[in-house]
Amino acid sequence: MSASILQENKEKFAELQNTIDEFKDQEGPLMPILHKAQEIFGHLPIEVQEYIAKALDIPITDIYGVATFYSQFTLQPKGKYSIGVCMGTACYVKGSQAILDELIKEIGVQPGGTTEDFNFTLEATRCLGACGLAPVIMINDDVYGRLVPSDIKEIVNKYRSK
Amino acid sequence: MEFFRSHVLICGGTGCHSSGSADVMETFKTELAKNNLENEIKLVQTGCFGLCEVGPVVIVYPEGAFYSRITSDDVPRIVSEHLLKGRIVTDLLYHDSIHEDEIIKSLNEVGFYKKQERLALRNCGVIDPERIEEYIAFDGYKALGKALLEMTPEQTIDVIKASGLRGRGGAGFPTGLKWEFTAKAQGDKKYVCCNADEGDPGAFMDRSVLEGDPHSVLEAMTIAGYAVGSDQGYIYVRAEYPIAVNRLTIAIGQARESGLLGKNIFGTDFSFDIELRLGAGAFVCGEETALIASIEGKRGEPRPRPPFPAVKGVFGKPTLLNNVETYANIPQIILNGPEWFRSIGTEKSKGTKVFALGGKINNTGLVEVPMGTTLREIIYEIGGGIPKGKKFKAAQTGGPSGGCIPADHLDTPIDYDSLAQIGSMMGSGGLIVMDQDNCMVDIARFFLDFTVDESCGKCPPCRIGTKRMLEILDRITKGQGEEGDIEKLEELGKNIKSSALCGLGQTAPNPVLSTIHYFRDEYEAHIRDKKCTAGVCQALLQITILPEPCRGCGLCKKACPVDAISGERKSPHTIDQSKCIKCGACLEKCPFKAIVKG
Ligand SMILES: Cc1cc2nc3c(=O)[nH]c(=O)nc-3n(C[C@H](O)[C@H](O)[C@H](O)COP(=O)(O)O)c2cc1C
Ligand code: SF4
Ligand code: SF4
Ligand code: FES
Ligand code: FES
Repeated sequence: MSASILQENKEKFAELQNTIDEFKDQEGPLMPILHKAQEIFGHLPIEVQEYIAKALDIPITDIYGVATFYSQFTLQPKGKYSIGVCMGTACYVKGSQAILDELIKEIGVQPGGTTEDFNFTLEATRCLGACGLAPVIMINDDVYGRLVPSDIKEIVNKYRSK
Repeated sequence: MEFFRSHVLICGGTGCHSSGSADVMETFKTELAKNNLENEIKLVQTGCFGLCEVGPVVIVYPEGAFYSRITSDDVPRIVSEHLLKGRIVTDLLYHDSIHEDEIIKSLNEVGFYKKQERLALRNCGVIDPERIEEYIAFDGYKALGKALLEMTPEQTIDVIKASGLRGRGGAGFPTGLKWEFTAKAQGDKKYVCCNADEGDPGAFMDRSVLEGDPHSVLEAMTIAGYAVGSDQGYIYVRAEYPIAVNRLTIAIGQARESGLLGKNIFGTDFSFDIELRLGAGAFVCGEETALIASIEGKRGEPRPRPPFPAVKGVFGKPTLLNNVETYANIPQIILNGPEWFRSIGTEKSKGTKVFALGGKINNTGLVEVPMGTTLREIIYEIGGGIPKGKKFKAAQTGGPSGGCIPADHLDTPIDYDSLAQIGSMMGSGGLIVMDQDNCMVDIARFFLDFTVDESCGKCPPCRIGTKRMLEILDRITKGQGEEGDIEKLEELGKNIKSSALCGLGQTAPNPVLSTIHYFRDEYEAHIRDKKCTAGVCQALLQITILPEPCRGCGLCKKACPVDAISGERKSPHTIDQSKCIKCGACLEKCPFKAIVKG
């Protein structure tokens, strides 16, 4: 493990260690630990996976297998703003594909991608529970509903780094 | 005890939260303080009222005034007029909640609620889900007391068996039997799990129960623990449901503090506790064996059954797994008795079902109806019909495992068996309405795209077979369909259904097969005539100018970004199809509606 990463993120690894201590003796500790690790680091770099493998004394391949299986876990760092476009059924029948296409054009990345300046990550999500407002997008915690493609530019501009 | 002369209920469900109910709540707080009303008026944040379409929703009691689409700007008026002077602000009321003479209707007279029967949702929109006292005031934890103090575990199971309750997670397996199997299984330790992974990509029933009435699930799981002999429960909930996770965490904390979870509940020697486990965005984890693997901290891959979870589940121990809505029915069955529950519903499907009604429908939201209600009643009476006077085409139930139901079957009374008979399924409760502007081939492609993405990849029929089907559908929607494609889809679909390992693969072809069954002509039009009549499939879309209505004003020509339109002024214009990128810009500009797509 590269020592510099450990050094630079001393506090974060200390927090991770606390989480590991909390869950270590419970049954099935891996998922809660990975959730917390992602919360702490924003993503799950290989160094973090190695750290957890050592602490729990399980092979790193097990951790990697789990981290890559679930779409919520990400090995790549994400942008400052996550734009989630609801592609749930209710939104889809009300035209969310056109909203997604417009966003791809506007910020220039495909779903799953992050802009070069790490400002935006674009994601296609499932039902956000706001079908009454379909089609819906979510930017971090802000929800925008009843959208048409021509609304997108103005909304995105609010989050552009100045 | 404090006495309040009015109660203001503000919906804090996900739908209303998204449309700004938190701001409304804050403004109410400051306005009440400004007017010195804090001790007279009580503010309550509740779960979903069901009519999310017109959110944020605010209901003021004792009058029962149903205010809809309330913003913080409306709040001062409600406070000064209604709460201070007793004059209801009629122009802010939900339009269907007042009679012509401006007298307000009681809620069960409102079209949206009239045919509903709220059992699983009884407390949603009624109580504050973050206060255990309110749940208790509405008979909460009484059923647990009754079971622990007056009934044996066997009697508890007998009541559930006699009620006829079937699992609400999709398959409809008799709940009492499942409890009995788990109770009889040998093991030193047993687990009770709740499936709150809600996988249907367009639905939110379980989420609303968890957000609006979390204690009902905790109470039911504790009763189940007593019945099957378990002392440990897990709720497996989607991490994408932050409000639900938060309310569950609060509820578990309060139940522990009140001695309703933990050691020696109600002074008996029965102990039970519940922990949350968060999912991480994998649809297949809704399948029971995959869910169990995920709770254990592994990749959520299904395994063959038997052994069933009742015999070998979490950490290899006997495990009871039920869905959120299944659990939400339990306390009332214990309290009111199995005969009461059996009196609702149809011969083979008892009780009610919650549906998340969405798509092309006026009243988008959450509805709960007795089994046996027809689709027509749900869509036209409760749902208020299709917007903009458009024509109903199909209703989709069962999400990615289900099928599309055409207009001919609108009068089918819905229950588990009738839906299966017409090629769909009950599923967990997603109900999406589609109109003339939706393309059935595209919808089939949409669902298959979802399952291909979510297949865990363990077994070839699902991993490879669904991919082949998707490729064919992709071609058809792009105008490259060939004769024989429909037959190929049918054959592949049948093979995958019979050979995939788990329910995901076994049901994945359903949306395709059911749309082929009912809308074969749409498939044929795509393949033979290269036409998408609904105008959805971009590649098949043709934008043309009708010569008669065209006056040659030239507005379309200016709007076209690629100069595809030509024509002399005052004479009919034409579109060069080889240049047209189908952006639709000209369509909106034409003042004479001379430009059409199709
Ligand atoms: C691919 C797949 C996804 C499923 N997703 C869910 C789900 O999201 N929620 C749920 O309760 N059941 C889901 N099920 C059904 C569960 O496997 C299981 O039957 C159910 O949770 C049992 O509870 P019940 O008997 O109370 O319905 C799914 C099944 C399959 C095959
Ligand atoms: S049917 Fe699909 S999801 Fe189920 S085990 Fe096979 S590959 Fe995995
Ligand atoms: S649809 Fe767009 S590209 Fe085609 S003719 Fe009209 S404006 Fe031009
Ligand atoms: S499908 Fe988009 S919010 Fe429900
Ligand atoms: S979330 Fe408020 S009515 Fe459904």
